[in-house]
Order: sequence, then C-alpha cells, then structure tokens
Amino acid sequence: MTSKNKWLSAPYTLWSAVFIIIPLCMIFYYGLTDKTGAFTLENITAIATAEHAKALRLSILLSLISTLLCFLLAYPLAMILTNMKVSQHSFIILIFILPMWMNFLLRTLAWQTLLEKNGVINNILTFLHLPNINIINTPYAIILGMVYNFLPFMVLPLYNALSKIDENVINAARDLGADNVHTFFRIILPLSVPGIISGISMVFVPALTTFVISSLLGGSKILLIGNVIDQEFTQASNWHLGSGLSIVLMLFIILNMIASAVFDKDGEGSML
Amino acid sequence: MKNTAKKIYIALIFLFLYAPIATLMVLSFNASKTRAKWGGFTFKWYTQLIQNDDILKALGNTLLIALLSSVIATVIGTVACIAMNHMKKRTRTVMMGITNIPMLNADIVTGISLMLLFISFGLRFGFGTILLAHITFNIPYVILSVMPRMKQLNPSIYEAALDLGASPFNAFRRVVFPDLLPGILSGFLMAFTMSLDDFIITHFTKGAGVDTLSTKIYTEVRKGIKPEMYALSTIIFLSVLVLLLLVNAAPDKQDPRADKKQASRF
Amino acid sequence: MRHRNVKNKALLGGIMLLAAAGMAGCGSSGGGKGGQVIVYNWGEYIDPETIEMFEEETGIEVVYDEFETNEIMYPKVESGASSYDVVCPSDYMISKMIANDMLAEINFDNIPNAKKNIGAQYYEQSKGFDPENQYAVPYCWGTVGILYNKTMVEEPITGWAQLWDEKYADNILMQDSVRDAFMVAEKLNGFSMNTTDPQELETAKNSLIEQKPLVQAYVIDQVRDKMIGNEAAIGVIYSGEAIYTQRENPDLEYVIPEEGTNVWIDSWVILKDAPNKENAEKFIDFMCRGDIAVKNFEYITYSTPNDAARELIEDEDIRNSEIAFPDLSKYNNLETFVYLGEDGDALYNELWKEVKSN
Repeated sequence: MTSKNKWLSAPYTLWSAVFIIIPLCMIFYYGLTDKTGAFTLENITAIATAEHAKALRLSILLSLISTLLCFLLAYPLAMILTNMKVSQHSFIILIFILPMWMNFLLRTLAWQTLLEKNGVINNILTFLHLPNINIINTPYAIILGMVYNFLPFMVLPLYNALSKIDENVINAARDLGADNVHTFFRIILPLSVPGIISGISMVFVPALTTFVISSLLGGSKILLIGNVIDQEFTQASNWHLGSGLSIVLMLFIILNMIASAVFDKDGEGSML
Repeated sequence: MKNTAKKIYIALIFLFLYAPIATLMVLSFNASKTRAKWGGFTFKWYTQLIQNDDILKALGNTLLIALLSSVIATVIGTVACIAMNHMKKRTRTVMMGITNIPMLNADIVTGISLMLLFISFGLRFGFGTILLAHITFNIPYVILSVMPRMKQLNPSIYEAALDLGASPFNAFRRVVFPDLLPGILSGFLMAFTMSLDDFIITHFTKGAGVDTLSTKIYTEVRKGIKPEMYALSTIIFLSVLVLLLLVNAAPDKQDPRADKKQASRF
Repeated sequence: MRHRNVKNKALLGGIMLLAAAGMAGCGSSGGGKGGQVIVYNWGEYIDPETIEMFEEETGIEVVYDEFETNEIMYPKVESGASSYDVVCPSDYMISKMIANDMLAEINFDNIPNAKKNIGAQYYEQSKGFDPENQYAVPYCWGTVGILYNKTMVEEPITGWAQLWDEKYADNILMQDSVRDAFMVAEKLNGFSMNTTDPQELETAKNSLIEQKPLVQAYVIDQVRDKMIGNEAAIGVIYSGEAIYTQRENPDLEYVIPEEGTNVWIDSWVILKDAPNKENAEKFIDFMCRGDIAVKNFEYITYSTPNDAARELIEDEDIRNSEIAFPDLSKYNNLETFVYLGEDGDALYNELWKEVKSN
C-alpha cells in the first residue's frame, strides 16, 4: 500500500515542487528583499500602513459577505438539484458552468451595461414606473459581481457532497422519527461539511484577491488588497512590495488550512 | 406548491446567471460599436467574424489549450487525491495548503513567477509554456472537486472488493472510480472553464504570435471591444447549449451507470 | 517519514531547477530565421492590412504581439522571454528603457521616411524623453483633455478647475492611473507634471482627495463607453478617443484645458538585443510611409505625427481638426511625461494609494 502510494503521489508532488514551490520561493525572494537585493521585512510590514490595512480589511469584509451570500443562495439550490431526476444531473451542472464560458471580462462589462445609471435595468424600471437602483460604483455592486462570478464555485462542491449522501441514511433518520429540521441539521448539514469547506475556499479565496470586479463595478473608488497588489506590479513596477503583500495574503492559506483541519476533524467524527 | 417554490427559486437564480449572457448576445446584434448605444439590428459582426483569421486562430489555440490542460490536470489531480487520501493527516493538510497556493495568489503573481521560472529553465515561450502554466493552475480545481468525494468514500467498500478477490486496479476501477466520477467530471469542467477564461497568467507565459481569445479580448479593451467578440461568445454559448439539449434529449437508456446507481439505492 | 519524503522531493525539484538553469545558459536563444521581424505593440494599435502589405512587399514575416499597458510590456521585454525587435512604448517608458540600456540607437540613414515624413516639432517634443533623438521614431501622439456632454453642463468646460465644481458631483470620470490622475491635479495647482517635490505632490494629493467625493468612477478605457452612453457629464480622456466618441454621440465636446496638459507620444524603438535589426528598420521605415501611416490613422483615429500622411487625409474636417491636429503653440504649459526613477515612481504610487483608500 505505502509503496504504491508513493508512486501515486509522485506526479503531483513533483509537479507542485517545480511549478508551485519554486515560483513560491521566487515570490518570497522578491518579498523579502529590496531593490538592491538586501534582505528586508519592509515589504511584509507594509501591510500595517493605513492604506494597506484598510484595503485588506475591506477585502476581507466584502469577500466574507460574498461567501456567505453564495452559501445561502447555493445550499438550497444544491439541495433542490440533488433531489432532481438522476439523468438530468450532468445537464444541470453544465448549465451552471456555461455562463463562465463567456469571457470573464465580457461578463463583468455586461454587468456594467446592466447596472449603469442609464443601464438596461434602470431603463426597464423607468418603463415600469419603478424607482431606479443606483448601486454601480458602490461596494454593493462589487459584492454582486463577486457573488455572480463565484456562485458556481459554491454550487458545484455542495452539489457534489450532497448527492453523495446515502438516501438510506436520511430515510433511516425519518424512520426513527426525525422531522425535516432535525434531519437537515443532524444528518444532511454535517454530512455536507467537506463540500461546504471546499465551496467556501473556492469562493473566499478568489474574492479576496480580485481586482477586476472592484475596478469595473466599483468604479475603482474602493481600493481592495487585490487592486493594491495589481497596482504594484502593473503601474508602480514594484515587484518587491507586490510580492511582500502577496506573502501576507498567503497567511490566509494557513488560516484556511487550520480551519479545514479543525472542521475536518468534526466532519470525520460525525461520519458513520 | 412546494415544487412551484423550488422552480421559482431555480428560475430566479438562472435569471441572475444569464442576464449578462443575454446582454452580450443582444450586443452581438448591435450595429453600433459601443456597448452603450443601440444602433439597430445587424448580422455584420457575424460575417466579419468568419473572415477574421486572427480570432479564429485564437479560438483554436484557446480550445486546444483548455482541452489538453484540463485533461492532464484531471489525471494528475485525481491521482493526487487518491494518494493524498492515504497520507497521514498532517502531510495531507500540507499538500492541500500547497494546492491552494495557485488559487490564492493574485494571478499576476502566479503569472510573473511562472514567467521567471520558464526563463530560468530556458524554455521557448509559446504554446508549450502556456500549457504548462494552465495545467498548474488547473490542478487545484480538480483536487478541490474530487477531494470532498474522496473523503466521503467508505474505505471498507474498497477493502471488501479486495477481500472478494479483485485486483487493486479493478477494485479501484469498479468500486472507487464510479463514486468519484461526478467529482472528477466537475473538476474537469471547472479546469476547462478556468483555462478558457484566464488572461493574466497566459499573457506572461505566452510567446510572440501565440494568442488566446482572452489575450485578444484584453488587449482590445483599450480601443473598445470588437463586437465580433460578442458574436463569437454567442456562437460558443449557443453551440454548447444545443449540444447539451441534444445529449439530454437522447433517451435515458444509454446511461447504465445511472440505472445501476438507482438499482443500488433500492 | 512522509514529511522527509516531501522535503526530499522539494530538494530534488531544486536540483532539477539548477540543472535546467545550467542548460539554459548553454544557448537556448532560438533566434529568428532570415526573414522575420517580431513586433510588440499596443492592442488594436495598427491596421492589420498594413502588416499584410509589408509582408507582401518585403517578404519578411511579421510576428505580431500585443500588450495592454507599458508596465505589463516592460517585464516581458526586460526578461527576454520573447526576443522582440520593435516595440512601441510611450514617452516616459522610453526614457526608462534608455536609462536601463535596453534600446539600440537608430540609424536614420536606413529609415529615410522617418526624417522625411515626420514633423520636426514631434522630434522636438520627443527630446523630453530622448534628448538626442537617437532612439525613438514617433508613431502616434495626442493630448489628454476633457470630454464633456454639452447637454449636461451649464457652461462650456474650459479647464481642470471645473472638475472640482460641486455642481458636477457624481458626474465626473477621472483617469484610473497614477500619473494621469496626478497630472490633472498638478496642472490645476500650476506645477510641472514631472515634479518630484514632496510639498507639491502633497498639495496635488490633497486636491485629489478633495475631488474624490465628486468623482463618479475612476476609469481607464470605459470612459469612452460611459461618455457615449450619457453616464457622466465630464470625463478625462485621450484625444485619440475624442473623434470616435463624437461620431457616436454628437453632444460630446473635447477641450484642451487652459491650465495645460500632457502631450504624449508613442514611438517605435528597436531593442538592443533585437535578433533582426535590419528587418526592424525596414518595418519602421514602412510604417513611416505616408500612404501606410494614413491607413493606420484612419483605422485607429489616434493623431499621426506623419505630415505626409496628414496631407493624404481626404476628410477636410479631420485633416484640419483641432482635436486630432491641434496647433500646440496656442496652448500653455504643455509637457511630456518623463521617467521619474524608481524613487519617484514609488512616491507617486504611495500618494495615489492614499487617495484611493481615502
């Protein structure tokens, strides 16, 4: 078993060593040096400056809200989809992924067209004599953009996890007298934890680093940490600071790792 | 009653997901070049698209890269999941952490660091370097889709198969693999999709003269996106949709797996 | 146990990298064949037909690549990932590339059209970033000005000061790039747009912070679509976009602000380690031909510095357009960006972040 396992883990271990770890070392090199190549922690501690800290706080806040919204929207959806006829499954999944086959930039620009002051939605609302909505260039539009773009990342793992739950377990709970609420909180929800965790990291992580959504839908008036890093690379040409701030963001991998380790223990504990 | 509520809920979500797509489709028939103004109905962008060799070549590159990178990533990712499942928990957590890195890093950081890597390898920038980069950022999506399924697997089924005399490979193929399949498929799709969409990483790892649709679209932003791009998106979207409808309309009988699964439930 | 395993493999990876790096040292530069020229230009910044014409006439194959911004172009060129021959950066980026010894001196004897057709005043203007006119052949130029919607403003817009007028709150579009945004505030306060004086920059920053509540959005390219769609009354825009936007929305008017502005020039340069220098010269010479330059002008609508091409423009209104071909001597305080050095860039960037996060 172990020897076979070694063999199985080899391709990815090798791949991640060459294409993830080495590039990561390069980022660390840039992040921990200054222009002259001397060692410095300045690029890391730069996160504490007022602008960066504020950008980070805002990013975390907006991505938490978006992740929560995605979860609240996706969970019922995944449950409904799970209960549908089996032969439709792959079709339904594809329907969720399909919008992503239109280019990301085009889709986000389309939201701009929809949300603008004289945009499509407001034209329809005016036609119906309803008050206009004015969320373009505000944080609300950024949240909308994040939820829109990352919702499929939440739906799919949830759907995956839910459809794996053995119906017999649910039926058994019902037979033993559990009502719907009970069955949900005691059986379905705990069993879907792995899906929830991967959904959360697949939404939270890209939402935390996005900069295109905030500049197109937020009118660039709100500075997110992704915008700061992007600006360091594409406008200021300061790779050192950009890398340093990226390293700080990587702390969130570690937090993520700890979180999933903690939840994982619970998940395994509650499994039959 | 309850079913109606469910249907309305799904319909609303679809409206949300497809409103921008509908907008893009409408724009593809817009005679005016700007997205802000309706200039009348036209087919001219479609005819111009067919004559535009650059866009068609980019389309070919995009599809080929997306297909190759997602297939390779799916194989590597799935194998990695199987391996990780047997690892000690701490090792697995570390591996999962590493897996998250390409997702967490801002694209531009990943893009530039891969560019530096390829330079130090002395690789010639072109199709191959884009492919390597895409495989790299695709693997995490596969792993994150397959891993939850993996964790839900009941290991005793696999062991039971072994006990009943199946070879490890057969036990895997007949017992474990079917259960993983939905995760593998959605991982593959996700990888394919991410590859279609990527711009920044592609930009830094491509060579002169090799373009994908994304790099074409992003460089067009400065002078206004050509409506041909809307037309192309519409065509891609519609053809996939038609394909899906056809597959779905085909009788259920060709899906023995589903039957088996259903049978096993009762 | 496993732990060590992972470590071992990481080590192995490191060794592989070293080996690969060693191999890279031993000649991996592919180099072009005889008849090639590798061009790196802005997206949508040339009429594709002119490339085909060049290939037909000379038999040289053009490998064409595009970039989005100067800053994205720079690391790709600097790293030598692809060995480009001809690049088309903007003014301040050219001075940075000169400073970092990346450009080859141009032999104007091999590019006769460059001296014959391109107006002397553009070479004069280029001296801001290329003091001896050794490295750059102007390709496109323009001003940065204000585009406003006649139906949405109460009086004609004449200068930057009106971008601070509370009447136009939520109706102003600013440029979302450091130097362009600061240029506006610096000109407003009567400073040079290449200043690195901390006091002046502090004043400019405060002006921008003061303006921020009035700004609808900071945009780069969407300013065009948003102005056409009547989303905002006033926008900061590049002159090259003005002709196009006016064509789509006749209510729009372009003005060069009275406080002065940025005159920018994008120029062809040849890289120092270009593999096909001769072909690069032929390419630039071809692009400087009047009939070719006019084709490009009509395709991209950015002003051409090519006098021969201007003669060939059929539409008289455009040939004499004050937007496309302003008489620069009529305006005060026009400047061209120069590279401010890493410290200068860092300072601007820091202040810009303060504006944006405020």
